[in-house]
Amino acid sequence: MWRISPKCPFSGSSRIAAVRGFRPLLLGFALAPFSCAAAGAAPLEYLTGAGEKAGPVVALTWGVIVISLSVILVITALLVGGICKNSPRAVVVGEKSAIGPDEGGHKWLWIGVGVSSLVLLFTVVWTMVVLADIQAPASRPSVTIEVTGRQWWWQAHYVSGEGRDFTTANEIHIPTGEIVRLKLLGGDVIHSFWVPRLAGKMDAIPGQINETWIEAAKPGIYQGQCTEYCGVEHAKMLFRVVAQSPADFRAWWAHQLAAPVSANGRQAFVENCGRCHTMRGTRATGTLGPDLSHLMARQTIASGVLPNNPRTIAAWIANPQAFKPGTLMPAVKLSDSDRAGITAFLLAQD
Amino acid sequence: MADQLNQILPVGAMDTRASGWWAMIFTVFTEASLFAYLLFSYYYLAVQPHAPGTFPEGGPPPLMISAINTAILLTSSAAVGWAQLSIEHNKKWRLVAGLGTGALLGMIFLVIQCFEWANRPFGLSSTPYSSLYFVLTGFHMAHVAVGVVMLLALTLWSGIGYFNSRRFAHIHIGALYWHFVDAVWIAVFFTFYITPLLGLKA
Amino acid sequence: MTSTEYERRPLIGTEAPALAERLHRLWETAPGLYGWLATVDHKDIGLRYIITAFAFLILGGVEALVFRLQLSWSNLHLLTPEQYDQLFTVHGMTMIFLYAGPVLSGFSNYLWPLLLGARDMALPRLNALSYWVYLCAGLVLYSGFALGFGPDVGWFNYVPLAARAYNDGPNIDVYALGMVLLGISTTVGSINFVVTFLRMRCPGMSINRVPILVWGTLTASAANIFAIPAVSLAFLLLWMDRNIGTHFFDATAGGSALLWQHLFWMFGHPWVYAIVLPAMGMVSDGLPVFCRRPLVGYSVVALATVATMVLGFGVWVHHMFATGLPGVSLSFFSAASIIIALPSAVGVFAWLATIWTGRPVFTAAFMFFASFILLFTIGGVSGYMTGSVPVDWQLTDTYFIVAHLHYVLIGINVFPVVGATYFWFPKFTGRLMDERLGRWNFWTMFAGFNLGFFPMHISGLMGMPRRIYTYGDGMGWNWLNLITTLGSFLFGLGVLLFVWNVMKSWKSGAKAGDNPWDAPTLEWATPSPPPSYNFMVIPTVGSRHPLWEDRLARPAKVEKSFIARGLTLEHGREALGTTPLDAEPNVILKMPDDTLIPLCLALAMTVLTIGLARVNWLVVGLGALLIAAAIIAWLWPSTVLGETAEAGRDG
Repeated sequence: MWRISPKCPFSGSSRIAAVRGFRPLLLGFALAPFSCAAAGAAPLEYLTGAGEKAGPVVALTWGVIVISLSVILVITALLVGGICKNSPRAVVVGEKSAIGPDEGGHKWLWIGVGVSSLVLLFTVVWTMVVLADIQAPASRPSVTIEVTGRQWWWQAHYVSGEGRDFTTANEIHIPTGEIVRLKLLGGDVIHSFWVPRLAGKMDAIPGQINETWIEAAKPGIYQGQCTEYCGVEHAKMLFRVVAQSPADFRAWWAHQLAAPVSANGRQAFVENCGRCHTMRGTRATGTLGPDLSHLMARQTIASGVLPNNPRTIAAWIANPQAFKPGTLMPAVKLSDSDRAGITAFLLAQD
Repeated sequence: MADQLNQILPVGAMDTRASGWWAMIFTVFTEASLFAYLLFSYYYLAVQPHAPGTFPEGGPPPLMISAINTAILLTSSAAVGWAQLSIEHNKKWRLVAGLGTGALLGMIFLVIQCFEWANRPFGLSSTPYSSLYFVLTGFHMAHVAVGVVMLLALTLWSGIGYFNSRRFAHIHIGALYWHFVDAVWIAVFFTFYITPLLGLKA
Repeated sequence: MTSTEYERRPLIGTEAPALAERLHRLWETAPGLYGWLATVDHKDIGLRYIITAFAFLILGGVEALVFRLQLSWSNLHLLTPEQYDQLFTVHGMTMIFLYAGPVLSGFSNYLWPLLLGARDMALPRLNALSYWVYLCAGLVLYSGFALGFGPDVGWFNYVPLAARAYNDGPNIDVYALGMVLLGISTTVGSINFVVTFLRMRCPGMSINRVPILVWGTLTASAANIFAIPAVSLAFLLLWMDRNIGTHFFDATAGGSALLWQHLFWMFGHPWVYAIVLPAMGMVSDGLPVFCRRPLVGYSVVALATVATMVLGFGVWVHHMFATGLPGVSLSFFSAASIIIALPSAVGVFAWLATIWTGRPVFTAAFMFFASFILLFTIGGVSGYMTGSVPVDWQLTDTYFIVAHLHYVLIGINVFPVVGATYFWFPKFTGRLMDERLGRWNFWTMFAGFNLGFFPMHISGLMGMPRRIYTYGDGMGWNWLNLITTLGSFLFGLGVLLFVWNVMKSWKSGAKAGDNPWDAPTLEWATPSPPPSYNFMVIPTVGSRHPLWEDRLARPAKVEKSFIARGLTLEHGREALGTTPLDAEPNVILKMPDDTLIPLCLALAMTVLTIGLARVNWLVVGLGALLIAAAIIAWLWPSTVLGETAEAGRDG
C-alpha cells in the first residue's frame, strides 16, 4: 500500500503567490476587451455603448460582469483556503483513518444561500428595469426600415409613407439622435440582426415580423453581423450601420432616389444581371440578389466581406465562389466586352 | 432488523409489486408526455393567424361519428376493467371474454377511424391543420393498434391458463396501457372535435 | 428451476463460501460470445456504456481539434465551409447526446445496485436493451457522417434551414431518425432507474439515506421521462415535413418555424440538467470521502437537486430570447433563469463547507472533485449573466455562450467523471490508477481547459459570433482564438493521459482491496471487483454511512447496519423488492437470466429506423413485425420469473 502525499498542491509561499497571481490575471482578462475597444481594434465589441438603447444595457452588462468576477474570486479564495488551511495528515491507501464528526458547516449554507439570494434578486430587479426601459423607445421613431435577412446578405427597405420608399442592401444609414424602428423579416431561413454597439440582437424569422429599434448618439460606422446560423456562408453575412447627422442622412436618402448615372455598359448590365438584381431607374428588376442602386456609395460589397473598389468588384463578378464559397450568385459567363461594360457601369454608380 | 426480515414474502410478479407494473406506469407517463407535446403543437399552431376556414380545414369535423367511436373505445375499457375484476376472483373465462371484447371493440374503433380518414375533404399535405389531424389521430391509432395486439396476446395467454387469482400481473399491466390509450383519446377528441365548437378556429 | 412458490419465509444467513458458490452458479453470465451478447448483468452493461461513451468523447474531441485549427487565425482555408459545418454539428451531437448522458448512465448503472444494496437493477433485460439501442443509434448517427452526409446545420437543427427546401440530402433524415432511436434508449434507461429507486433499495435504506449520486440520477431520469418525447416528436415531425408532405414547421404554408424551437428546447433545457446532476452527485459522494467526513447538508443538497430539475422545466425560453417574444414572456423566463442559480449555489456551499470542516486528502480524485467547484462557479456565473434578457441580447449566439456551455459541460460533467473514474476504478477492476500520472493528468487537463475556454468569454464580449467557419482580419479575435486552439490541444493531451492511465492501470495497477479509500457506502463492502451477485446476503442499513458507523458518533435512535448477515435469497436468481418510501421488504423478485432478446429487439428497431431513413415502407413493415415478435417473446409469461399460475405450491 502507498501513502497519499500530504503536501498541499499550493503549499507554503507558492500558495500565496498563486492566489495573488490569479487575481491580476483574471482582472487582466476582464480589462482586455475594454482596452481593445478603446483601441478600436474590435469593431463588434459592445462593452462601450453608443446610444440611447445601448446605454442601460452596457451598464447592466458591466454590473453582472463585476458581480460574476467577484463571485469567482470569492469562491476561489474559499476553495484554496479550505484545501490548504489544515495541516494535512498522511493516509495510507487501504487502511482506515480518522473520520471527522458529522456536524458543523451549516453556517456556510445559510450565509451562502442568503447572500446569493440577495444578489440574484438585485439582478432580477435591475434586469426588469432595463428591459422596461429598452423594450419601447422613449419617443416616436422618425425612420422605419424593413430589414429582410436573405442567404447571405441583408435587404433594407426604407419606408417613407409618402411615395419615397427605396430599397438598398448591406449598408444601413440612420440619422444620429433619432429613433429608428427596424422591422425584421425572414426571407428564407432564420437570420439574426445584430449591431453590437447600438443594440442587442433580434431574429429575422420567416412567417413573422419582429420589431426592434436603434438609436446612435454620435456619427460613425457601427458594424454588425448575422448571429443565427443560416447556412454555409453565415460567417460572411456582415453589414454596416452608418450614423450621420440628420441633414446628411436626408441628403443620402434623396441621393438614393436619384436616377442612375448614365454610362456605357448599362445594356449589358440589364441583360446579364437584371434577372437577379435591381437598379432603380433601369429595367433591371430582379430581387434574388441585393439591390445595386448607387453601389459605389457603399463602403463594402458582398455583404461586408470585401472593400468596395474597382479591383474587388471585378474579381467578385468574375468568381463569387472564390470569396464566399456556396454563395447563391453564379459566375456568370460574360464576353470580355460585356464584363468591361458592366464593371464600368457599376463603378459609375455613386 | 430480525423482525423486519423474518416474515413471509410473496414471490414473483405479484400485482402492483411487479417491477413490470411500475415500468408500465412510467411508460404511460412518457407516452402521455408525447401526446401532451402533440396537443401543444395543435394549440400553438391554432393560435397563429390562418385564412378563414383553414383551421379547422373545411370547418369543425363531424361530431357524431367520432362521438360514437369514443363510446366504443370507452366500452372497450370497461370490458377490460371487467376482465381485471374477473381474474382477481379467479374467473378465467370471464377474463378471456373481457379481454377479447376489448380487443374487438378496439379493432372496430380503428376501422371507423379509417372510414373517417377516407371521408375527410383534405389530404395529408393540405395545410398545417391537415398535418395535425392525420398525425395526431394517426399516432393515437398506432397506440390503439399496439394495444389491440397486446390484448389479443393477453387473451391467448389467458385462454391457455397462464393466470389465476394469485398471478395476473400481465393483465393489470396490459389493462393499464389500454386505459391510458383511452384516456388519451378523450384529450384528442376534445381538442379536435370540441374546441372548434368552443371558438378555437380561424 | 422450473417451478416457483407463491410465497415463502426467506432464509436469513451469514456470508459463507457454500452460499457464495451457489450464488455464483446462479448469477454468473454464460461464457463466450453468447454470454457477451446476452448478459443482463448491470456491471457489464455499465462498463460498456462507459467505454462506448469515452470512445465518443475522443471522437467528438478530435472533431473539435480539427475545426479549432481552422479557427486559430483569421481567413484560414484548412476546411471548406461545408466540412466545418458538418464537424461542428457532429461535435455537438456527439458530446451532448452520445457522451454526456450515456457516460453518467454507465456509472449509475454499475453503481446503483451496489449503492442500494441490491443484486441488480429492477429490469435487467430493459437495461441490456438500453445499451444495445444506444450503440445502434450511435452507429446510425455516425454512419451519415462517415459516408459524407453528416448533419450540417447545428446540433440544434433549426428549421427552415433543416427543412427539405434548404437541405435536400439524407443528412437531416439520418440525424432525425437516429435521435429518435437514441431517445428510446435514454427513455427505457430512465424508466429502469426510477423503478429501481422505488423498488430495490435494501431494507432500512429510506429515501433520506441514499447517496446523492442516486438522487442526481433519479432526478435526471424522472425528468427525461417527461422531456425526451418533446425532442423525439420534433424530429419525427421534421422527418414527416421532409418526407411525407406535412407542414408543421413550414412558415410558407402556415406552419411555424418557432414550433421547432419550443419543442426542441422544452427537451433541451431539462436535458442539460440531466447531464450534470448525476455528476454533481458523484462529487457529493466522492468529495466527502477525501475530506474524511460526511457531506454537509445532505438533505438540503438532495432537495436542491430536485428543485434545480423542476425549475429546469420552466426556463427553456431563455434559448429563444432573441426570437421576438412578448415582454411578459421574456420577463418571466428571465427571472426564472436567474433564480435557478440558487439551488445550484446550495451545492457549492455544501462542498466548500465539507472541505473547510474536513481534513482534505490529495488524491487525484480529490483534485478533480475540488477543481470542479471552481469550474462549476465560472460556468454558473456566465449562465447567470445570460439569464438577464437585455444582457443576453448581446451575449446570445456569441462565443460567450460557447464558453459558458463548455464550462458547464466540461466543468460539471467531464471533470467529475474523470474524478469518479479515479475514485471507482478500484472497485470496477480491483486495481488502483496511478496517482502520480493522475496529477500530471489533472494539471494538464485543468490548465489546458482554462487556457482554451476562458478566452472565449472575452472573444464573445468582443462580438465573435458562433458557428462561423472563419473571420476577417481586424476583428480583434486572432490572438484569443490562437490561445484557445493551443489550450484545446493541451486539454486533449490531458485527456490522452487519462486514457493512458486507465489502460495502463487496468493491466498492471496496484491491487486495490475492498475499500482502498476507507469510504462509507455499501459498494465498498463488496470485493473489488464485485461478484456477479453483488451481495452474498442482502444488507440492512441504519444510516447514510454504513461503513463509518463504528467511528461516527451515533445518536441513539439510529439503527445499526448489518452487512454480513441478512436474507440469502438463493432459490434461483432472486432480489428483494421493498416499499418506495421506507424500504421495507415486501416481495421476493425473480430476476431474468441471460437472453438475446434485448439485442434482437434493438436490431429490429434499427431495421425500422433504416427503413424510415430510406422511406422504404417494406423495410419499415419488416422492422415493425420483427419488433412485435421480439416484444411478444420478451413478455411471454414465464414460470421461472414467477409470472404464471402453473406450479404453485397451492391452488
